[in-house]
Amino acid sequence: MTGPAMIFDKPNSYIGQPTPRADAARLLAGRGRFVDDLQLPRMVHAAFYRSPYAHAKINGIDVTEARAAPGVVAVYTGAELSKHVTPYVGVLSHLAGLRSAPQHPLAVDAARWQGEPLVMVIAQTRAQAEDACELIDPDLEELPAVVDSETALDAETPVLHSEFDSNLAWERTVDVGDIDSAFAAPGVTVVERQFRFGRHTGVTLESRGTVCDYDPSEEQLTVYYSGQAPHMMQVIYSKHLGIAEENVRVISNDVGGSFGIKIHTYGDEIAAGVAAKLLNRPVKFIADRLESFMTDIHARDHVVTAKMGISEQGTIVGIDFDDLTGIGPFSMYPRTSAIECNQVLNLTGAPYAMENYRAKGRVVFQNKTLMCQYRAVGHPIAMAIADCLLEDCARSIGMDPVDVRRKNLMADDSYPRNSTSGMKLDDLSHQKALEKLTEIMDYKGLRDDQEAKRKAGVYRGIGFVSMVEVTNPSPMFYGIGGAPIASQDGATVRLDAGGALHISSSITEQGQGTNAILGQIAAGVFGVDIERVKVSTGDTKTVPYGGGTWASRGAGIGGEAMLQAAHALKEQVLEVAGVLLQTPVEALDIKNGCVVDAGTDNERMPLADLARTVYYRGNELPSDLKPELIATRHYRVSDFPFVFTNGAMAAHVEVDIETGFVKVLHFWAVEDCGRVINPMLVDEQVRGGVVQGIGGALYEECLYSPEGQLMNATMADYIVPMAAEMPEITVAHIETPTKTSVLGAKGAGEAGTGGAPAAIMNAVNDALSPLGKSIWQMPMTPERVLQVINRN
Amino acid sequence: MKAPDFDYARPSSLQEALALLAAGEGGAQPLAGGQSLMPMLNFRISTPEMLVDLSGLPELRGLEQTPQGLRIGAMTRYCELEAFPDLAKIQPLVAAALPHIAHDAIRNRGTIGGSVALADPAAEMPAILLALGAVISLDGPNGPRDVAADDYFLGYYETACEPDELITSILLPKIEPGDSFGFHELVQRHGDYAMAGVAIRSSGIAPLAGLRIGFFGVADRALRVTALEDALNGTDGTDIAGALSHLSEIDFQGDTKITAETRAHYAGVALKRALKEMLT
Repeated sequence: MTGPAMIFDKPNSYIGQPTPRADAARLLAGRGRFVDDLQLPRMVHAAFYRSPYAHAKINGIDVTEARAAPGVVAVYTGAELSKHVTPYVGVLSHLAGLRSAPQHPLAVDAARWQGEPLVMVIAQTRAQAEDACELIDPDLEELPAVVDSETALDAETPVLHSEFDSNLAWERTVDVGDIDSAFAAPGVTVVERQFRFGRHTGVTLESRGTVCDYDPSEEQLTVYYSGQAPHMMQVIYSKHLGIAEENVRVISNDVGGSFGIKIHTYGDEIAAGVAAKLLNRPVKFIADRLESFMTDIHARDHVVTAKMGISEQGTIVGIDFDDLTGIGPFSMYPRTSAIECNQVLNLTGAPYAMENYRAKGRVVFQNKTLMCQYRAVGHPIAMAIADCLLEDCARSIGMDPVDVRRKNLMADDSYPRNSTSGMKLDDLSHQKALEKLTEIMDYKGLRDDQEAKRKAGVYRGIGFVSMVEVTNPSPMFYGIGGAPIASQDGATVRLDAGGALHISSSITEQGQGTNAILGQIAAGVFGVDIERVKVSTGDTKTVPYGGGTWASRGAGIGGEAMLQAAHALKEQVLEVAGVLLQTPVEALDIKNGCVVDAGTDNERMPLADLARTVYYRGNELPSDLKPELIATRHYRVSDFPFVFTNGAMAAHVEVDIETGFVKVLHFWAVEDCGRVINPMLVDEQVRGGVVQGIGGALYEECLYSPEGQLMNATMADYIVPMAAEMPEITVAHIETPTKTSVLGAKGAGEAGTGGAPAAIMNAVNDALSPLGKSIWQMPMTPERVLQVINRN
Repeated sequence: MKAPDFDYARPSSLQEALALLAAGEGGAQPLAGGQSLMPMLNFRISTPEMLVDLSGLPELRGLEQTPQGLRIGAMTRYCELEAFPDLAKIQPLVAAALPHIAHDAIRNRGTIGGSVALADPAAEMPAILLALGAVISLDGPNGPRDVAADDYFLGYYETACEPDELITSILLPKIEPGDSFGFHELVQRHGDYAMAGVAIRSSGIAPLAGLRIGFFGVADRALRVTALEDALNGTDGTDIAGALSHLSEIDFQGDTKITAETRAHYAGVALKRALKEMLT
């Protein structure tokens, strides 16, 4: 990769600066443009009658009364809607053996989870649509529900899809080295634990929603979408509604958080598009919080039996585990529900040099909400398996957990290399990250405090995690398997007559500051004040084609495309400047919106003068000079399936052993995301991620009754972390730029969520260790901790 | 999540409000601060034919110090009570408990009368009224009447207030010299409904005397266990193991967060910690 490395050192480079985000003031002023803010002429509202049962046969649904209700425009059952939209199947060819059944936006023959949409009511107002839903008279025959993933494969358990012989959706085994011999070797201590990771969800501040608008005169469907992948949704609406791709326009204006939740095919959103097409008018659907809990994808829900072997000297000889995960009744379309399990198999133990690794993963169908990719897919499970077993091993052989890591982490100078599971790794810094971590947290001081406090009956614990994070995915993630998901992203930079830059990109903004870093890169590389950069994202009609922002790919892939585009435009502009100023191009540069003499920065020509000459007075240019004041570049990761990042984190907790309450006292994260484009935004990504990780570790869980009823689908009962309980989160960085791009940026979005749960679990178990007790289930609720303490 | 249609009235006098409730024959629902009722309407759990908005009734407003104690108009908002001058001296238990009741946004709208009328078993206010020996003043078709807190909380969202009656005010009896107060609740997040909590008044601390202990977040309602109070009266409150055995009188309830068994344990812990704080 060639490139102007000096761009990062220029005084007007914004890259690396904590530049405030341009859209913050607008959002704080209440000027956000979210889907529900949209009011279109003739717009009508959708509400859904959803299955009250986890599993039921649909014998028929009488909607006569609902159709006659005040304000009702139309009512569609699953059977009626299925005439206008094709079903979808969430499989990918590279996940060999993955199977799922055709899924309809509204269930046709059977309801397979509580909350599955069965009937759509369209009315003048949402309240009227909900009133009409109450008049629907369904003939549902409740069927036995498959709720528990651990019995889903038992012979006596009903099979959910009659076309299959069992409830198994997918399985995969990885076997490297000889784990049995390694564990049996003399002097090797083997620890075995059963982990339980609760099913939880990503609670977005703005719920899912859409406004779909169909114009029959142009056969044009416009979808306002709160989500992360507009081009993917364009293909999905096109394919299943039978509209030409170019006639589907997907627009994401402001998005109030997504975390992977809003990147899937939801029946209610697709049905809204169908209704818009049938009615030739705009249809709005906004999920309320109850619908969010019942129908937004869930994640985690893994039961893992795992072993780790360690030598007397503290060398990890290998990991052996069996992961079982329940994904609901279908594999989610189009990304599938096998990715999380696959990630667990790929990532477990990836920071450590070990020779033996055996992992088995099974993904099963059940009658619960669909499970799919939520922030840090698979990471919290993978990191907890390896790092919680590691600390368990450390206790077993009486070694400090930091020393065990020092002994086993891959050396910073040993890359490129593969993980034991076969992942290609490069540019990682586990050793540096761990050393920096122990330094900033004052590890020794904390251990001294811990000892003193224990004498006073106060149980504090310190826990660590060394982690990898999958970012910047290449086509090997989805595209290879047949998913309509772009792995490359594009960026366009245009110099306008006034000297301002208009930039657009196919990556998307959902609150994390994507637009801000795009502006920083363009302004810094091209050479204008950031105030003069206007950013457009989230509109399939106007931005370059690309994947969007997910899997921590925005900065690394979209950012690199922007860098290349800004660099290309700069070369084009300097060519024009060279002619106008009769100066060799090499002697010119662009700074602060002016063409300057390179080296002296002597101002030669404001960009506005140059652009006005080109746009208004082309007659002043030589006839063979055809300036292009616009440049577009695309970028994809080509040499690696993913660009891995790494980090080291630590938690300091206090466990109230009388009640089981866990208080997180402090959290530290050292993250290596390569080049930091905006330290303020990266720090907040890490902190926000840590908070979601703490949520998974201590608070959040979707609780089901034995009949498959979700029992805590409100914000009062499903508890998310709140500011008052959150600790100080100290963030520090190691910067090892990836060699795969000029920008050198890797992702930072998953780190906290992926790493924090293992660190918290380790800290809790460290606190409980004087009692000889330990907990292996998340969330570590007060009652669960107390039960562990009281267990004999 | 939109409420079904309902009629709405905003009477300007207590008599008018009571007439509307009577005319509604059980179908009219009083609306105070709306912090519990509005979600229940939107969930369609509660589907009244009419909402009678109490915010325009002058008779239900006002906070007043009387010779008997602090009289709190039923429509007094938590935030108004918090801001009452010298509250920590006048009613230390209330002042200590208020920050634990939900969050600012809720305390800005939620009313004392609304909370007492709803009688959520996990809410703090009913237990505080029990501890303080408060008197709840009601008015209705048969005229005004006073009910002692001890006789007011009857069961799960069930109180002595008839459907056609309204709480007009609540009297918190004046505290006496030597009175001590304790409050403790176990919550995972500040502002949540308690997994168990206690509010305590004692007329002395060495030894404890005239104890009134209101438990909340434990059973179907806020309640006292007089046998437990009797066992602690006259002691110095440091060894409570024997007294705790009387907790078995409580029919502890489990929910999605904890089992009844853990809740029973937490009730004891809350009591122990509240007493410890009182005595130090």
